[in-house]
Amino acid sequence: MISKRVKKIPPSGIREFFDLVLGMPEVISLGVGEPDFITPWRIRERAITALEEGLTSYTSNQGLFLLRKGITNFLEKKYSLNYNPEEETLITVGVSEGMDLALRTILDPGDKVIVITPYYVAYPALVQICCGKVLYLPTRQEEGFKINLKSLKNLLSQNPKAIILNYPSNPTGVTYSRGELSQIWNILSKKDIIVISDETYDELSYGQAHVPFSSLSKKAREKTILLNGFSKGYAMTGFRVGFACANKEIISAMTKIHSYSMLCGPIVSQVAAIEALGARKEVNQMQREYNKRRGFIVKELNRLGLSTVNPQGAFYCFSSLKKYKINALDFAKKLLVQEKVAVVPGTAFGAEFDSYIRISYANSLENLREATVRIERFLSKL
Amino acid sequence: MDDILEILEGNARISLEDLHKLTGKSKKDIERAMKNYEKKGVIVKYKTIVNKQKIDSKGVVALIEVKVAPQKDVGFDLVAQRIYRFPEVKNCYLLSGTYDLLLEVCGEDINTVASFVSEKLSPLSSVRGTATHFMLKKYKEDGVILVKAEKNQRLPITY
Repeated sequence: MISKRVKKIPPSGIREFFDLVLGMPEVISLGVGEPDFITPWRIRERAITALEEGLTSYTSNQGLFLLRKGITNFLEKKYSLNYNPEEETLITVGVSEGMDLALRTILDPGDKVIVITPYYVAYPALVQICCGKVLYLPTRQEEGFKINLKSLKNLLSQNPKAIILNYPSNPTGVTYSRGELSQIWNILSKKDIIVISDETYDELSYGQAHVPFSSLSKKAREKTILLNGFSKGYAMTGFRVGFACANKEIISAMTKIHSYSMLCGPIVSQVAAIEALGARKEVNQMQREYNKRRGFIVKELNRLGLSTVNPQGAFYCFSSLKKYKINALDFAKKLLVQEKVAVVPGTAFGAEFDSYIRISYANSLENLREATVRIERFLSKL
Repeated sequence: MDDILEILEGNARISLEDLHKLTGKSKKDIERAMKNYEKKGVIVKYKTIVNKQKIDSKGVVALIEVKVAPQKDVGFDLVAQRIYRFPEVKNCYLLSGTYDLLLEVCGEDINTVASFVSEKLSPLSSVRGTATHFMLKKYKEDGVILVKAEKNQRLPITY
């Protein structure tokens, strides 16, 4: 009944663990991949008003022009990035749909796509759904979980069609400076390769300004599909609003698939997203709050011997269990049962990360403090 | 606003250790900054917000609008001083608009507040008139929502 293509996608190895967490009440969860803030009120209020105004229809396939224009204006102001809102911008249902559309737009069966490990869980599966082949490019803690340029060069000899970048990264929180990105682009530009750049955590960059990949050069812009959205920076995960910016040819093809499969993003969410673009004060406030928690949790994790690369973005720490010689899934299960603290085993982000856990600091300071007390108690018994 | 002030405004009971971890500043620097803020009156007091509706509290709170006659040279300050020195007055503000002072007054019951108004406040020669509003329910105080707080409905574990 089920297609061979879908059957081939392996089920998540930690589904069972997720079910265990979902069934346990009163857990302090450091395993959540979304903000703990509720969407700022002015954005919610705009959504309410939109309903009162009777905005309940479809929008154009590409999304409300006002939203597209708002996004391109914002990108220009913040990053000096120029995209045409009419032909080079598409509103998607979250970045997830944007990623799916980008891959379906560019891949033919057998095409290869570089995925950097540890990766966001959806990437390999989405490539496989398109009958593409995943080429994994591992990063290591010793190198700050950053792309090893030599390994990248080696993989390019297999002529991949595309590479998926994600920075600031889920799950490591690692991001790249302009200089580092230029080095990556220097290598990529020698090949005919498309860069799908998932920059959904751009608003949550700490200490260094985010640099969009397409801002590196004109040629980089031509080859990049920029994916972003409102979920993380604006705490709007449930609204499901993302966007894709790329050259006219790519956006037109992505819109073709989107118009048949999704038709358009929900109008209320799109209207709310227009309002969100003006909510800088609220976004900055949330960013500052995450930054404080980051300072706290990174120090605590390292103090507890869970060696952690300092994350420069997002709201995750990818911490090593090597000192304790325990497998990630065992650690996560025992920590959950004994101390009621949930973390995500590293294997969710690549099979080789079985001695890592992802810790989300999208949680109140009180909970983070209590969680570290419980983790410390747990570690002392190992 | 300084990091330290921002954190303390949200939680005055936070430990020095946690402040150090959160701000990255040394404990000595934090202590020095806090003392300095206290000295300058930037930090006025470390206070706890108690939701009295949750405990068996019989007191009443009233907001009283007061019209007063300003006095030569000192304007409203002198009469305000006369008024805010009453221990019943919890808050006292000078406002623009149809009346001059707004007081928050606490009492054991309505009669106590009424006596305060008729026996202490109104007889003052500078007071031209008052309007008393008894508080029925507090929804939000000092930026904190006191009624059922919003709760994030997110799942406990996601990618």
